Amino acid sequence: MNRTFDWDAAGDALPLLLEGFRVTLLATVLGTLVAAVLGLAIAVAGRAPSRFVTVPVKAVMEFVRATPLLVQLVGAAALFTSVEPLTIGIVVLGVHYATYTSEVYRAGIDGVPKGQWEACRALSMSPRRTWRAVILPQAVRNVLPALGNYAISMFKETPFLAVITVHEMVFEARGYGADHFAYTEAFTLAGLVFLVASYPTSLLMRKLEKRLGH
Amino acid sequence: MSDFFSTLLDELPQVGAGLWVTAQATVLGSLLTLLLSFTLGLAAGSRLLLVRGVSRTVVEFFRGTSLYIQLFWLYYAMPQLTGYELTPLLCGVVAFGLNYGAYGAEIVRGAVNSVPRAQYEAAVALNMTPLHRMRKVILPQAWVQMIPPFTNLLIQLLKCTPLLWLISAADFMTTIEHIRSLTGETVTAYLLLLVVYFVLAYTLTLLMNLLERSAKRRLGLHTGGRGLFRTRTAEAVTTAGGAR
Repeated sequence: MNRTFDWDAAGDALPLLLEGFRVTLLATVLGTLVAAVLGLAIAVAGRAPSRFVTVPVKAVMEFVRATPLLVQLVGAAALFTSVEPLTIGIVVLGVHYATYTSEVYRAGIDGVPKGQWEACRALSMSPRRTWRAVILPQAVRNVLPALGNYAISMFKETPFLAVITVHEMVFEARGYGADHFAYTEAFTLAGLVFLVASYPTSLLMRKLEKRLGH
Repeated sequence: MSDFFSTLLDELPQVGAGLWVTAQATVLGSLLTLLLSFTLGLAAGSRLLLVRGVSRTVVEFFRGTSLYIQLFWLYYAMPQLTGYELTPLLCGVVAFGLNYGAYGAEIVRGAVNSVPRAQYEAAVALNMTPLHRMRKVILPQAWVQMIPPFTNLLIQLLKCTPLLWLISAADFMTTIEHIRSLTGETVTAYLLLLVVYFVLAYTLTLLMNLLERSAKRRLGLHTGGRGLFRTRTAEAVTTAGGAR
């Protein structure tokens, strides 16, 4: 079984992998969008004045956070068989990561000085206007780099989607490997594509973080 | 519903064996993680450029190339390339250990750097050898800082163990999947899986909180029992502005 790296097979597999990479990117971008919006909603709901809101929100969040993404994905796919796998993947990834991004937003909201809330009260602004015009603009700006970091880690978790037959990069790599008995080439290339895509992005994020962190 | 649980009872030995595989993967994987974290993390603080460079390269490599690829590479590609095959469980342990070890190295590096500079200087002034200084002064203080992020890492590792199902190791997920396919009880099966993983994660968190408390005690920092049951460590989100 001992064989060397076959460059021809690698060249052959690359177009297929890049095709899958498009789906990987799409899932990452849309999943991040879901996580960013839903995370904000959870963070704001977590500060609601009533315990009937905050306690269930926190409980669900803890549960989603502490359970495996793979089980959530496979479970959702088995329950909603009529929904397209890619849609399920994006929603489940988004919801899973929303429980993490909500933490980031929470810290961002806590970072807004108390005086800002008091000033809004003094100006008798409605709660809605307080959030929209005063608190969120200050909170969201600071959390952008952290959200970017979660986007990168979500990107590295998209291979999960292959399990529910989304045709992303790992799905294609596995298919190519099985068809041509060239797992080595397919998975090595797929790993390199991940590295090439994620490393510069994380460097960029670190730079952005430093700039915003004064 | 009752169908599912009666099949579960019939298959109880298998389920137990599956849970055992999951536990082994988690424990062995985290031991390898711990070992690599300290090796790579301490190497990252070395004075020699070569040692530092190797450590950074390894860390960036394993952080950058997705855990799933690493796992599949070990399982599918390595036997092709080298003719040498690992058992599925061992594939999982090695992949989890390498990947999370790379993340853990950053934790160790950060924690060691966060020990106040004066502590180093005092140890030098007392004429301690570097090894002695590390063991008696720096690490006990850094260790307290490391436990909360290591807890997060441990939970993440646990949450990745269902991947073993994909490389046909007979883990807990595999056995429940099997029962699901026998009975067709999709909702019950996945709910049970989620609940069991949640319980495992919460138990691990409690244990780590206990560990953190005893580590703090050793430094003379006493903490109350209240923090023991918290599920999440207060992560310092430095990017979020913090209190101004």
